[in-house]
Amino acid sequence: MDPIKPIRDAISKPLWEQIEKLEPHLSNKPDPETRELPRFHWMHSTFDAFKTFLFVPPHTTQSGAHIRDGIDLKRTMFLVIISMVPALLHGILNVGHMHYVSQGEYLGLLEGFWLKLGFGLLQVLPIIVVAYGAGLAVEFAFAQFRGHPVNEGYLVSGMLIPLIMPPDIPLWMVAVSSIFAVIIGKEAFGGTGMNILNVALTARVFLFFAYPLAISGDEVWIAGMADGYSGATPNAILAKVGLSGNLMIPTTDTVYSTVTQTWGHYTGWDAFLGFIPGSIGEMSKPAILLGGLFLIVTGIGSWRIMASMIIGALITGVLFNLANAGLNLNSPFLGVPPHFHLIIGSLLFATVFMATDPVTATQTQMGKYIYGFLIGVTGMIVRVLNPAFPEGWMLAILFMNVFAPLIDYFILQSNIKRRLARG
Amino acid sequence: MARSFNAAVQIKGCLSLHLPQKNQGNGMSTVKRLRKGLDIKIVGKANPIVEQVQQARTFALKPGDFIGLSPIPKLLIQEGAKVMAGDPVFFDKARPEIVYTAPSSGELIEIRRGEKRAITDLIFLADAELRFREFPRQDPASMDRVSVIERLMDSGAWSLIRQRPFNIVANPADEPKAIHVSGFDSAPLAPDYNVILQGKKEVFQQGLEVLRKLSSGKVHLNLSARERPVDALNEAQNVQINWFDGPHPAGNVGIQIHHIDPINKDDKVWYVKPQDVVTLGILFQEGRYDPERIVAVAGPEVLRPHYYRTRLGASVEPLLSNNIRRENVRIISGNVLTGQRIDAEGHLGFYDDLITVIEEGDQPELLGWLIPAYPRPSASGTYPIITNDVPEEGYVVNSSMHGEERAFVMSGQYEKVLPMDIYPVHLLKAILSRNFELMEGLGIYEVDTEDLALCEFVCTSKIDVQDILREGLEFVRSQS
Repeated sequence: MDPIKPIRDAISKPLWEQIEKLEPHLSNKPDPETRELPRFHWMHSTFDAFKTFLFVPPHTTQSGAHIRDGIDLKRTMFLVIISMVPALLHGILNVGHMHYVSQGEYLGLLEGFWLKLGFGLLQVLPIIVVAYGAGLAVEFAFAQFRGHPVNEGYLVSGMLIPLIMPPDIPLWMVAVSSIFAVIIGKEAFGGTGMNILNVALTARVFLFFAYPLAISGDEVWIAGMADGYSGATPNAILAKVGLSGNLMIPTTDTVYSTVTQTWGHYTGWDAFLGFIPGSIGEMSKPAILLGGLFLIVTGIGSWRIMASMIIGALITGVLFNLANAGLNLNSPFLGVPPHFHLIIGSLLFATVFMATDPVTATQTQMGKYIYGFLIGVTGMIVRVLNPAFPEGWMLAILFMNVFAPLIDYFILQSNIKRRLARG
Repeated sequence: MARSFNAAVQIKGCLSLHLPQKNQGNGMSTVKRLRKGLDIKIVGKANPIVEQVQQARTFALKPGDFIGLSPIPKLLIQEGAKVMAGDPVFFDKARPEIVYTAPSSGELIEIRRGEKRAITDLIFLADAELRFREFPRQDPASMDRVSVIERLMDSGAWSLIRQRPFNIVANPADEPKAIHVSGFDSAPLAPDYNVILQGKKEVFQQGLEVLRKLSSGKVHLNLSARERPVDALNEAQNVQINWFDGPHPAGNVGIQIHHIDPINKDDKVWYVKPQDVVTLGILFQEGRYDPERIVAVAGPEVLRPHYYRTRLGASVEPLLSNNIRRENVRIISGNVLTGQRIDAEGHLGFYDDLITVIEEGDQPELLGWLIPAYPRPSASGTYPIITNDVPEEGYVVNSSMHGEERAFVMSGQYEKVLPMDIYPVHLLKAILSRNFELMEGLGIYEVDTEDLALCEFVCTSKIDVQDILREGLEFVRSQS
């Protein structure tokens, strides 16, 4: 079945002929007769990127298997972007919603819906455009410079970066951090597939340490926030009352009332549905879960990493509870019920979209369980025990990115030992 | 995309699990269930009809069919020479004891050469009446190992016996720790040995007796537990029968060896394909080297996907004339995952019993990565049923790459289609970095290119897995 057959029949042939005509002028190979590079050879990678975007090239198998799977990196990366769309749409709405709520207007979600959507779009779209524009420019330049085809990896990074930014981030910072991430985080290592650190998180961690005021504190999580309004996120509030706070400990049965006391304006349902201040795409848990489900069904995201990371976080949460009760620490953050950790902050987003990056995660199936679990544990330690960082997932994932090859190393060693023992 | 097709054949084999009976052969029967792998459903499986076609006009020996053979083997005959089936034709200077012989009788009419004067094809004009070199008829059971080997070497039938690791022709000086025969082929559109071995019980058993002489270890006959095998296989005597149940590559002998008795460093295991076992049986029973082959001709572009009676190395012309649907096709000697490309006048590969014909996928596809223009097989979950409705009988596949080559990005894909305790991506990376110890450690001796062919198929980054692995195997072989 071909859903766009009429379009294909109409434009496929003429369009391909035009591209074929352009090809000689943009080739990166010298003309066989004059032995000179064509005039626009320096545009080859760019041309190739657009050509292969429009058409799957007519390449046939030359060696090995004569037939190949219908999947390629373009399709894979595109589907990852699709999986982020619900989170993005919610982010756009929520940016507008939080803005008007902070002004004390349109408090109900559906009140002023179009205004909120419009405000969100105006706020978020430029960030997306800048993140893609800056990052892809570098990506294309590097591809050209090294004579590589343009890799599709940045299509995902370029969408992830806006989703993990605060809505009020200055656009130039988005550009600077995207460029930094692509150059230092990726191209310095040889491009997509070779990088050690998650590219999107590299952008964010750069911002976090270079311009901390733009990406932390209580002021940045609501775009155009009214003066005097508390824009603190649940994490920030918990981090502030901190380990030594003397507020009431939220317990499971009193959690909602407690939450309304301690979390300022927000209830647990607000946190779950994502109508709280925070990074653009990280708030709506249903949207993220939908994306995660999509990634698992398509086989692109590793359920092993997702599951073990959640388990790691929950177990650490339980241990914190036990320590809190056992040692009488009376700390609200230690006492947060473990499942509540799932709905505040960016744990879920990090689980579904960040930890599962196949390039920077462990490569072995067994390693993925360990890798995910350790991210869960490390992230919780940073989130709860270190008041300097109200959220821990960015650092935990980057930290485990570095250790992923080591985990794989041990797993390969055990495979080698098993083989030797058999002999 | 409705194509005329006998659906009943396709379903056969998926139904009713044939439960193995106890006390077959000697030793216990066990079923090894493999869960990893992938069955690619392709249109045009051969119907179980053995057709007789006119004899091929030419036949060929292709030195390239023998892995590791030097590109310019030493010819023992000159152009114009007449040979009988079983007459020596060439040997490899590196291993002069192994002589390769003519599979049929005829006249050497052409020596085709490729790059650097490498001999690609030795083309023979076939005699109208087959003539065989005579060998004494003898019961292998009454012979000793040395004289059995001598007979095999003398007749050229030795080249039917191959060794793992490296998939080269076995070394007669070695004694293998075991000999394996895979009694089923799980590859896409593969021939069904239940058709091919019909009525060949006695001569097949004779072939097994020959193999029994070659090793003091076991002779393993590995069968599919998915359906009841033909008598020649099911009632084979004096061998260890192992049952396998699982998707492709469960029928690959490398996978089977891994699960029965894995290859360790310095181990040698030999294997023979079922039709070659028959040829060995005939050699001793009837005193002639007579590699007749029943070959499946299959694939979406074949008009009459049937089995055909032909001979090893024979021209495929009589099998394919008026039997192909369109012009722009790729003819493969072997299966779509591992076979060699040949042309319409080409010759059957030495070890092949399948000719597959598929369409060339050389058309640009507008936004094909996003919205496919036609259904295509994929191991990934990224093709929803709606846009990729699979015809009941399978996919009409073509030779398109469906994308461009990229660096490794995805992980865990290869493992899903490789039922072995091996980390394929890391093995490939060890090969690319020429890390000899790591290759050994990660089990390069246990795999051959066909075992990783599905990895190449599923690869999102379109990596040439089989080429890389072959390089690695050749590197390791040259070092040891």
